[in-house]
Amino acid sequence: MMVDLSAIAAALPYLLQGLWFTVQITLVGVTGGIVFGSLIAVARLSPNRLISTPATAYVNLMRSIPLILVIFWVFFLVPWAIGWVTRSGRPVAVGASLTIFVTFVLFEAAYYAEIVRAGFRSIAPGQYWACDALGLSKRHAYIYVLFPQAIRNVLPILLTQTIVLFQDTSLVYVISATDLLGAATKIAQRDGRLVEMYLTVGIIYFVLCYAASQFVKELQGRLAYGVR
Amino acid sequence: MSLLFEPTPDGAGRYLDWILSGLGWTLSLALGAWTIALVVGTLVGVTRTLPKGILPRIGRVYVEVFRNIPLLVQMFFWYFILPELLPVRLGMVIKQMDPPWGSFVPALICLGLFTAARIAEQVRAGLQALPQGQIQAANALGFSRANMYRLILLPQAFRIILPTLTNEFMTIFKNTSVALTIGLVELTATAREINENTFRTFEAFGVVTMVYLVIALIAWQIMHRIERAMCLPSLAGGSSRP
Repeated sequence: MMVDLSAIAAALPYLLQGLWFTVQITLVGVTGGIVFGSLIAVARLSPNRLISTPATAYVNLMRSIPLILVIFWVFFLVPWAIGWVTRSGRPVAVGASLTIFVTFVLFEAAYYAEIVRAGFRSIAPGQYWACDALGLSKRHAYIYVLFPQAIRNVLPILLTQTIVLFQDTSLVYVISATDLLGAATKIAQRDGRLVEMYLTVGIIYFVLCYAASQFVKELQGRLAYGVR
Repeated sequence: MSLLFEPTPDGAGRYLDWILSGLGWTLSLALGAWTIALVVGTLVGVTRTLPKGILPRIGRVYVEVFRNIPLLVQMFFWYFILPELLPVRLGMVIKQMDPPWGSFVPALICLGLFTAARIAEQVRAGLQALPQGQIQAANALGFSRANMYRLILLPQAFRIILPTLTNEFMTIFKNTSVALTIGLVELTATAREINENTFRTFEAFGVVTMVYLVIALIAWQIMHRIERAMCLPSLAGGSSRP
């Protein structure tokens, strides 16, 4: 089997377009996931059972089922949900990208929530007492004192999870979206160039993830030196 | 949930049978791949702690390659690409395997080797967490290197990494769902098929979601029991883990 380099070169612009969508999913997933996940983490730490129990249940549910299953759930249910909210009585068609963004925020939030919660638990209890002593409201204590420290403590883990998220975006293949892998698949099937296309995306994923993980390792070393 | 007891369109049984068959493939794939992953992962993890030579480097390349490429892309590699790169005759043998083996075998190898890279990193971390005195004592007592790993270092390292291994064990059941992309009708694919046949989305995906929850619970219980049975009172942190 000969590998045809010109086929790869011809496909490159389309692959880059796919890569851009992959990056978009990652960015939305990280941002939404960390915001939503932090709220869940705070909820899990609440002394009020009515708040902490649903948050815990959500995290355990999401962490027990495969991402592909969540993609299917959202793919089939979001049209119904929108139909119900707008009282149109029938499912409303939504684009694949909206489905995907919603899925990744919902799913990754559970994982980010656990990481942020670990961050909160790594903060010395004196910080909580100091906030009380200074008369900070709960909200201000979290925003100005606790959250920044929690995030800093778990930054390397957050970034590692983001690399995992970046790899997981390839699973949108199951609803035929055109991310990096989706773009490669479409060309591979059109031109009968499976080997070239999949090897190329494999190398692209590897280079990006390897570079990112080396960066995280570097950062970890630097943080471990500076903190406490 | 009446859906489960309705006959399937092929007339051969009920939807419950489809779910059970999907569950069977999910469990066999997960447990088979877990066995491969433990063996390969331990070997690679050990090579990474060896003092010098080519082996630690090979171990590092293995881990980096398998960790930095998405599982789905690896799945496609074993399923679509490997038969093309092999000698024609061997490639044909692979391509002509009967379903579901034609997709089960590549999925098994793929998931096993993928998980092995992650276990290797944990084994390495466990080995490196042991005090140097253990190695020195083993050397002083005249243990060969193989016996030192087998009898002294690995048993302790595995006790240290059991909690993270639990996590990995629960992940492998979820990762089996990726095999649906190469045509294995495991649990998630079953849900999709039932949905396509009945349009009863809630029930089809609801049942399968429940099954995954039960699997996660049982997997956790198993590992928890192993953890308790293996724990040594003398090993620091070995006792009373939540």
